[in-house]
Amino acid sequence: MKALTFTLVAEPPERLDLSPLTAERLAGIERHDIEKIRIGMSKHGSKVGDIFRVAGNDPLNIVFEGGSARLDRVAEGMRGGSVRLVGDAGAQAGRAMRGGKLTIEGDAGPHAGSGMRGGRLEITGNAGDHLGAPLTGELAGMNGGVLIIRGKAGAFAADRMRRGLIAVLKGSGDHAGSRMIAGTLVVAGGTGEMPGYLMRRGSILLDRAPRSLSPSFVECGAPESVFAAIIDRYLITEGILKRPLLGNAPHRYGGDNAVLGLGEVLFPH
Amino acid sequence: MPNLSVNGIMIDDTFAEAFGMRATAIIITAPNRKWARQAAITMTGFATSVIGCGCEAAIDVELPPSATPDGRPGCRVMIFAMGTDELQKQLLNRVGQCVLTSPGSACFAGLEGSAALKLGSALRYFGDGWQISKKIGGRHFWRVPVMDGEFLCEATTGLTKEAVGGGNFFVMAESSAKALAAAEAAVAAIGQVPGAIVPFPGGIARSGSKIGGKYKGMIASANEAYAPTLRGVVKSALGPDINAVLEIVIDGETNDAVAAAMKAGIKAVIELGPQKGAVRISAGNYGGKLGKFIYSLKDMLP
Repeated sequence: MKALTFTLVAEPPERLDLSPLTAERLAGIERHDIEKIRIGMSKHGSKVGDIFRVAGNDPLNIVFEGGSARLDRVAEGMRGGSVRLVGDAGAQAGRAMRGGKLTIEGDAGPHAGSGMRGGRLEITGNAGDHLGAPLTGELAGMNGGVLIIRGKAGAFAADRMRRGLIAVLKGSGDHAGSRMIAGTLVVAGGTGEMPGYLMRRGSILLDRAPRSLSPSFVECGAPESVFAAIIDRYLITEGILKRPLLGNAPHRYGGDNAVLGLGEVLFPH
Repeated sequence: MPNLSVNGIMIDDTFAEAFGMRATAIIITAPNRKWARQAAITMTGFATSVIGCGCEAAIDVELPPSATPDGRPGCRVMIFAMGTDELQKQLLNRVGQCVLTSPGSACFAGLEGSAALKLGSALRYFGDGWQISKKIGGRHFWRVPVMDGEFLCEATTGLTKEAVGGGNFFVMAESSAKALAAAEAAVAAIGQVPGAIVPFPGGIARSGSKIGGKYKGMIASANEAYAPTLRGVVKSALGPDINAVLEIVIDGETNDAVAAAMKAGIKAVIELGPQKGAVRISAGNYGGKLGKFIYSLKDMLP
C-alpha cells in the first residue's frame, strides 16, 4: 500500500476544514469518493478534489504535500497511523488527537494540539497562540500525549493543561503554562512575561531563569532532584533535546499561590 | 546408592525440590553505590525465609549508572513470598520503612510481570497532599517531599507467578572452615546469575531444617540427619569424614534462573576442590511429592 497523498494544487480560495481526512474517517472510502468530500468553509464549498491531487491508498499513512495557513484542523481527532504535512498548517492542527503521529514540517496556527489526549504531534516550525489550550468554553486543555514545537510558540502555550508533555524549543510568548492543572511544559529558549500565571499544579521546566514571574510564586531553593534526572534523560532519548535541560539540582519556584500553589517552575541552578 | 564423583567430590544421586512462589523486583538508586547498597541491604534484612519473615529477599545484582532509570548507581532487589497479598504487604512495608527513609534514594519497577503491585501509588500518602504525580514516557512516578529533597518512586512494579523458591544444595566438608569456603565460593558464583537470589545470611544457611518437629507449633525443626554432632545417635546422612554441612537456598525469577544458579554454585564448589572445600554435595527434598520443581544434582554438574 502506498501512502495516501494529498498534493496541494494551488493556494486555497477559502479556509479549509481537513478534519475528515484522517485514517478513521477515510477507512474504506474509495479515492473518487474522497475527492468529493467537502472541506471548504465558505460559499465556495471546495471539495478535496478541487484543492488536492489525491494519490495512494493507505489511510494509515497520510501525507499532505504543500501547506497553507488556510489548512485548518489537520488530523483532528486522529487515533492512529501517521499524518505528515509538508508545509504550514492553519488553526487547530492535531486538535483532540488521541493517538498516532502527526508531523507538521512548517509553521502551525493557533490552538495547535488543543485538547490533545494522546499520540505525538511534532511541529518543526513555529506554533501560534494557545498551543494545546482549550477552546472557549472548554474546562481543560491538553490531556495527554507529547507535543513538540521545534521553533517558537505564541502566548498562552499549555493554557489549562491537565496531562502530557509539551516541549517548545526556541522560546515561548507570554503566560506560558497559564492556569495549568497538571502536566509538564518544557520551554527552552526563554519565555515571555509571567510563565505559570495562575497555575494550580504541574511543572514548567525552563533552560534559564524566567524573565518575570507572578509575585505569588515563592522560591524553594535548589534541592537535588531525581525527577530532573528522569525528565532530562527522557527528553534526550526521545530526541526532543540534545543536552540535559535541568541538571541534578535545579532551582525551584513554587506557585501560583494566588490559586492552589502546588505547581512548580524549575530551571538550572 | 551409586554415587558420582567429580574432581574428587562426591555428588549424591538425589535432587533439590522447589516450590512455586510469587515474586517481584525493584530497582533502588542512590547518589552513590554505598547508599544504594545500604538501602537495599536494609530492606532485605530479616528476609531469609518465608517461615518466619513473611518473605525472602536479597539483592539480585548491582547496577551501574548506565543501567538505571535515573543514571545513578543502583541495586536490583528481588522479593519472594507464598501469596500475592503477603508479597504486596512486605513490599510496601519494606520500601516504606527502609528505602523511603534512606538518604537520596529513589525506587523504580524492576520487573515487567503479569500483574502490578502497588509501590509509589501507596507510598505517596506519606506526602500528605504535597506529593506530585508525573507520567513520563508511559511510566508513572510519584514525587514525595522528604527532608533531603524528594523521594521519587514508580507507581507500580510487576508481579511474576512463575517464580521458584527453595532450590538448594548442601556442601559437606571435613571442617567448618572448609564448608564455609565452599559455600562462599558458591554464593559468589550465584551472585553473577541474573534473576536468582540467595536470601540467607551471606547467602548461606547452617540450620537446614525438616518440616515439623516433635513440639507442637514448630513449622520446621533441626534436620538431625545432617547434624554432625548427632551422627551415630540418629539415622545420619553423614559419613565419618563430614564435620560440617552448609546449605545454599536459591530463589529465582524462573525455573531456569534457579537451575542456572544451582549449576553456577555447584561448579564453583567443584572447582574449589575437596582439599580446600567440600568433599561431598547433596540436596534437600521431601521425596519429590510436595514441590512442583525438581532439580536433579546429576543434571546440575558442569
